[in-house]
Amino acid sequence: MIIYFLVLILFSVGVYGLLSQKNLLKLIISLSIMESAVNLFLICAGYRKESEAPIMSLGQSLEVFVGHSVDPFPQAMVITSIVIGLGVLALLITMALRIYHRYGTFDITEIRRLKG
Amino acid sequence: MPGLIPYLVIIPLLAGLLIPILARLERRLSGLIGNLAILAVLVISGLLFGVRLEYLVGGFSAPIGIVLRVDMLSVLLLWLIGVVGICSGIYSVKYMERYTGSGSYWGLFLLMIAGMNGVVLSGDLFNLYIFLEIASISSYALVGFKGEPEELEASFKYAVLSSVGSLFFLLGIGVLYLAYGTVNMGQLAGRLSEQAGAVNLKHFGVILLISGVSLKSALVPFHSWLADAHPSAPAPVSAMLSGVLIKAIGVYVLVRLVFNIYGFDKSLSYLLLALGMLSMVGGVLLAIGQWDYKRLLAYHSISQIGYVIIGIGLGTPLGIMGGIYHLINHGIFKGLLFLSAGAVEYRADTRDLREMGGLSQRLPVTSSASLIGSLSISGIPPFNGFFSKLIIIFACIEARYYGIAIAMVIVSILTLASFMKVLRYGFYGKLNEKFKGLQEVPLSMRMAMVVLIILCLGMSILVLPLFREMVLIEAEKVLSEGIGLLAMGL
Amino acid sequence: MKRGMSLIVKTITRWVVGFIFLYGIYTMVYGHLSPGGGFAGGVILACAYILIMLAYGRGFAFRNLDWRIARALDSVGGILFLSLGVLGMVLLMDDGAFFFVNFIQRSLPGEPFHLFNAGIIPIGNLVIGIKVMGAVFVGFALLSMVRVYEFRGERVFESREEEE
Repeated sequence: MIIYFLVLILFSVGVYGLLSQKNLLKLIISLSIMESAVNLFLICAGYRKESEAPIMSLGQSLEVFVGHSVDPFPQAMVITSIVIGLGVLALLITMALRIYHRYGTFDITEIRRLKG
Repeated sequence: MPGLIPYLVIIPLLAGLLIPILARLERRLSGLIGNLAILAVLVISGLLFGVRLEYLVGGFSAPIGIVLRVDMLSVLLLWLIGVVGICSGIYSVKYMERYTGSGSYWGLFLLMIAGMNGVVLSGDLFNLYIFLEIASISSYALVGFKGEPEELEASFKYAVLSSVGSLFFLLGIGVLYLAYGTVNMGQLAGRLSEQAGAVNLKHFGVILLISGVSLKSALVPFHSWLADAHPSAPAPVSAMLSGVLIKAIGVYVLVRLVFNIYGFDKSLSYLLLALGMLSMVGGVLLAIGQWDYKRLLAYHSISQIGYVIIGIGLGTPLGIMGGIYHLINHGIFKGLLFLSAGAVEYRADTRDLREMGGLSQRLPVTSSASLIGSLSISGIPPFNGFFSKLIIIFACIEARYYGIAIAMVIVSILTLASFMKVLRYGFYGKLNEKFKGLQEVPLSMRMAMVVLIILCLGMSILVLPLFREMVLIEAEKVLSEGIGLLAMGL
Repeated sequence: MKRGMSLIVKTITRWVVGFIFLYGIYTMVYGHLSPGGGFAGGVILACAYILIMLAYGRGFAFRNLDWRIARALDSVGGILFLSLGVLGMVLLMDDGAFFFVNFIQRSLPGEPFHLFNAGIIPIGNLVIGIKVMGAVFVGFALLSMVRVYEFRGERVFESREEEE
């Protein structure tokens, strides 16, 4: 139970970073922290007490394997989520670089041409 | 017939991956292949009319496999994606000639359409999340496609906020998986209704999912990215974004969650009504002072989505039908309005209403497109907007929410005033000197706008009893059946 | 001008990069028997090329794998993966023809814990590995070719492809 609170604290650290930081790159890092927190939550959701990794070894019957391993479905979800996060991260970093070229700064208080 | 369902995702995905390779050989091929792919999607979604189907990917049944599900509501949205998609596609052949990288543009456009089709077809929450992200990431890149500094800033803001929304959605999926052990929509609906335990996690999960989806569909107070992102995109992309994306990945997912998975009750009804009222009133108040044409249209999008959410949040059959009807109508007339704004920008190089003036004398098709779009969005008969707004107002009165009905009428009048301003300053009035030599936009762009104009009038026939039976009432039954729809299909 | 990093880094890279590449291929091919699979294997393969780029400089790395070829590998890998899914639907004429059905497993099943086992899953792993390697390498290559700097009071956005 306590691990879920720790994961939510990590998520809140990411949210705090997103709200308080002024540098574009630090915003991207905060978003990455939030993503890691959500992935960690998903993995913890599949945990079973005193179980092993869901890899079947030679000579193990199916019932023993199923009763003995953690849930593999959240692990598949997390792999997909990591790939999606990679895509978004690549896009955001490229955009930050081009914003630096046009505005000359990474400071979000100065990148404010859109108003109204 | 069920075998056609995965082609709705395969065809745009294949075309989107092929086009960047082929575009290096021959530049004009990209537009041709892209439009053919969207046309194929439209034809297939027309074939799927009126049936309820289920498709097991890989032959594995739930919960091991992914389930794709088609019913009338999905078909209506697929058809909307196809129609606005093909019009934007034909329009962007000429519009994007001014920019390089048309291979990347068409690849991203088709990926966005494949993602939206996948969201609408999916019968599994995690599969929905994957396609949601495919569509969203393509739209982040498309918003910043023209490389101007304002576009990059808007795209960055949109990308960060929308990613936060997706993270909330994923966290909600995680919470629901923790509590109920499945992400398949049918099984989840069954387990949510019968198991009485873990009520706290159920409420936590629904709040997370709804907040993630509200951010994607730009309801107030999650609307701040819309006004920057939609004007900055190239015009056909704006039409797709504002006309289809916030509906297919925003409102559709919200409606599926609330009706078919959770089961609709009083507290959810109040939540939806509150969100809808805030969006409707906030959107139109923010739009009144705008002089940038596309920004004004973006704010009006927020307002009209508020109408849809109020209609759906009432929960009565009439309200749900009105909400779905307004959803489709808004896709069509908002697409038309954004395409005409793009046509003005293509010829006159300006979006500011104070600079445009009297354009109806030089750009007749564009001005009539804006005129008909404005009449539709303000709710003037015989255009489609009138009938859908009327149905929602009647539903409000029937459910005794008289205050909301009066607010709707007032917001309609304010919308009409706002668009009267657009027409008077932008299109009718004295012709500005520097626009004396303007010509009408090319044929393909005109054709796309004319198709949408005809549809603005043509969609009004859906209110006649015969068509209403076939189309709208079927779609509304999908939602009114509630949890039974999905839990039964297994 | 001296390119890349110091002599120690270059020597160690020369010894190690072959093993990294082999490990990436192992992770990809044995993806259905042990953890890993297409995505992880592809990232490790891309890391081998990125290590070459970091240690030896961009020009040398592009002579090993040009970023345009990697970009083409990305698109081709995606198309191959989709056609793998569609091939099952097209080849199987009976009732069991779904999207991504495991048609090899139905006709030539292997025994568990062997390499030629689970039908289209190892083939899918290989294709995805190639796609991911192309995509990650192109991302890194493009970010390394761009430089933004101040030159006489004006910001210059330079995109350099050629390397001496």
